[in-house]
Amino acid sequence: MSEILLEVRDLKKYFPVTKGLVFMRQVAAVKAVDSISFTIDKGETFGLVGESGCGKTTTARLILLLERITSGNILYEGNNINQLSKLELRKYRSSVQAIFQDPFSSLSPRMRVGDIIAEPIIVSAAFPKKAIKERVAEVLELVGLSRDGAKLYPHEFSGGQRQRIAVARSLALNPKLIILDEPVSALDVSIRAQIMNLLHSIQRDFSISYLLIAHDLAVVKHMSNRIGVMYLGKLVETAESEELYFHPLHPYSQALLSAALPLRPDDQRAEIVLPGEVPSPLNPPPGCRFHPRCMYAMPVCSIEEPLLKQVASTHHEVACHLH
Amino acid sequence: MKNLLEVKDLNTYFFTRRGVVKAVDGVSFSLGEGETIGLVGESGCGKSVTCLSILRLVPAPAGRIIGGEIIFDGENLLSKSEGEMRRIRGKRISMILQDPMTSLNPVFNIGYQVAEPIRVHQNLDKQSVWEKVKEMLRLVGIPSPEVRIKEYPHQMSGGMRQRISGAMVLSCQPQLLIADEPTTSLDVTIQAQFLRLLKDIQQQSNLSMIVVTHDFGIVAKVCNQVAVMYAGKIVESAGVRELFNNPNHPYTIALMNSLPKMDVKVDKLYSIEGQPPDLADVPLGCNFAPRCPEVREICQQQYPPQSVVKEGHYLNCWLTI
Repeated sequence: MSEILLEVRDLKKYFPVTKGLVFMRQVAAVKAVDSISFTIDKGETFGLVGESGCGKTTTARLILLLERITSGNILYEGNNINQLSKLELRKYRSSVQAIFQDPFSSLSPRMRVGDIIAEPIIVSAAFPKKAIKERVAEVLELVGLSRDGAKLYPHEFSGGQRQRIAVARSLALNPKLIILDEPVSALDVSIRAQIMNLLHSIQRDFSISYLLIAHDLAVVKHMSNRIGVMYLGKLVETAESEELYFHPLHPYSQALLSAALPLRPDDQRAEIVLPGEVPSPLNPPPGCRFHPRCMYAMPVCSIEEPLLKQVASTHHEVACHLH
Repeated sequence: MKNLLEVKDLNTYFFTRRGVVKAVDGVSFSLGEGETIGLVGESGCGKSVTCLSILRLVPAPAGRIIGGEIIFDGENLLSKSEGEMRRIRGKRISMILQDPMTSLNPVFNIGYQVAEPIRVHQNLDKQSVWEKVKEMLRLVGIPSPEVRIKEYPHQMSGGMRQRISGAMVLSCQPQLLIADEPTTSLDVTIQAQFLRLLKDIQQQSNLSMIVVTHDFGIVAKVCNQVAVMYAGKIVESAGVRELFNNPNHPYTIALMNSLPKMDVKVDKLYSIEGQPPDLADVPLGCNFAPRCPEVREICQQQYPPQSVVKEGHYLNCWLTI
């Protein structure tokens, strides 16, 4: 069994909805992430899939400490990140990095590439001043760009190259976990494969863990060792990626997989078209949150909330009354 | 089958300070009644400009249609006056755009916007216009249209908004529907719903469609014909089964191989090195030559002529000549 790098336990994030200008009475809460638990092992990729608004990005922001946790714990190498000292927090921040979707807005247009990559190094003071320039050149070469690129501005690069710059920046501090929030969805088809291969080889060389967030099932399936499926703030199923693809158990996972586009025109798959849309997280349905759209819904589904439990194979967990 | 649309040797150029950008450079294809053609390619390959040229909506003065013919239902659209084009747009040829958030007007309610093409193109009294709007909204699967027509775009979800634009473009029973990346901004399950809807409507009304996309999955799902575009040119076109089973152009093959597949596990994806060329400064010879794994000497000197692989399967590549 490999070592656990990050563990998320019963994580909750509620955004308050307030009324009134002065007193800001809290009238409701958007349950963006509602008690989810998962683990990420060292050197593995954990994929989170789900539709927009299901809480996958909020989860990532909580891990990055960009949002305050409502309740629950995030354990990094066994330590609760809420209880870290200032110094430890600083270390945590440099070992957890992120790459975002759109390389056009995640890089400052007013800074040279070299300064963009050097910024996290300067902030964390991880390298002596003299070594910064060398480190920047080193990571640029790691991602397949020339070291002279450091003198240029982001607009002088194409989309794929900019995403490489974002990768270089996240690598600058030798992180142990990189959060990939839709890393390829803004890129052109022929460039996507380049970036996916790059991320893959970096993972192999430095045994970095990834938390991959994407809505493209083929991308998630290709890159992840294990996948978690989210629906409306809940984790409804987690499994090894092959297992999830061939034997999805939760009706939502099944529908999500069947909605994925075919590879060939003759690919005939049972098409499960879900009726309706995702309900508002402000007022989620009682019981199982998926029951209003579920074709197997039973009376118990609207009353009791199913818990994530292990089934069949050791790593397959599903939250559904059917199993 | 009768051809509804024939595009012959279309050239649309943009005249910019940096030089002439050949966005569409000699594109030809035809589309039968009730058929769907997919234009596939990466951004900047000219697929959207081809569609805008058919509607004669190329942004002027920089963009101009330099040559070619667009025969729609027996008439050349390029020789029509602006007034005649206005009677065709939205009535006989309609277009769905990528992002329903920007293609709907945020300050008018849904009813007003869906009613607009009906008011412009059909001579109906006020009451029948409203009836028609409700009918269209019901057709695209909007629940309780009586309530929804008074609402505004921001009150709807992305999938719902795309259905509204669907209702808008279908309200005048067009013969040709151009869908430019219709589902790119939608979630997977909502995308499946919307593609299902488009297919159902097409079957009911014998509509022809041009679907612009970069996703072979969408092509496999809704199209009969495919044209693969690269740097302003169609490099390969064929029936959908033929193209998937027997791709010939190195670009088509590379593009298909670079997609991650769900049913097989591969360690490393095939990737096309380099970038698409700058359209203001296209290389001599074949546009794809600088990135082509099987490039030959002649590829860098002359653009390959069209060859026929099989009936209905056309290819522009030196490798097979």
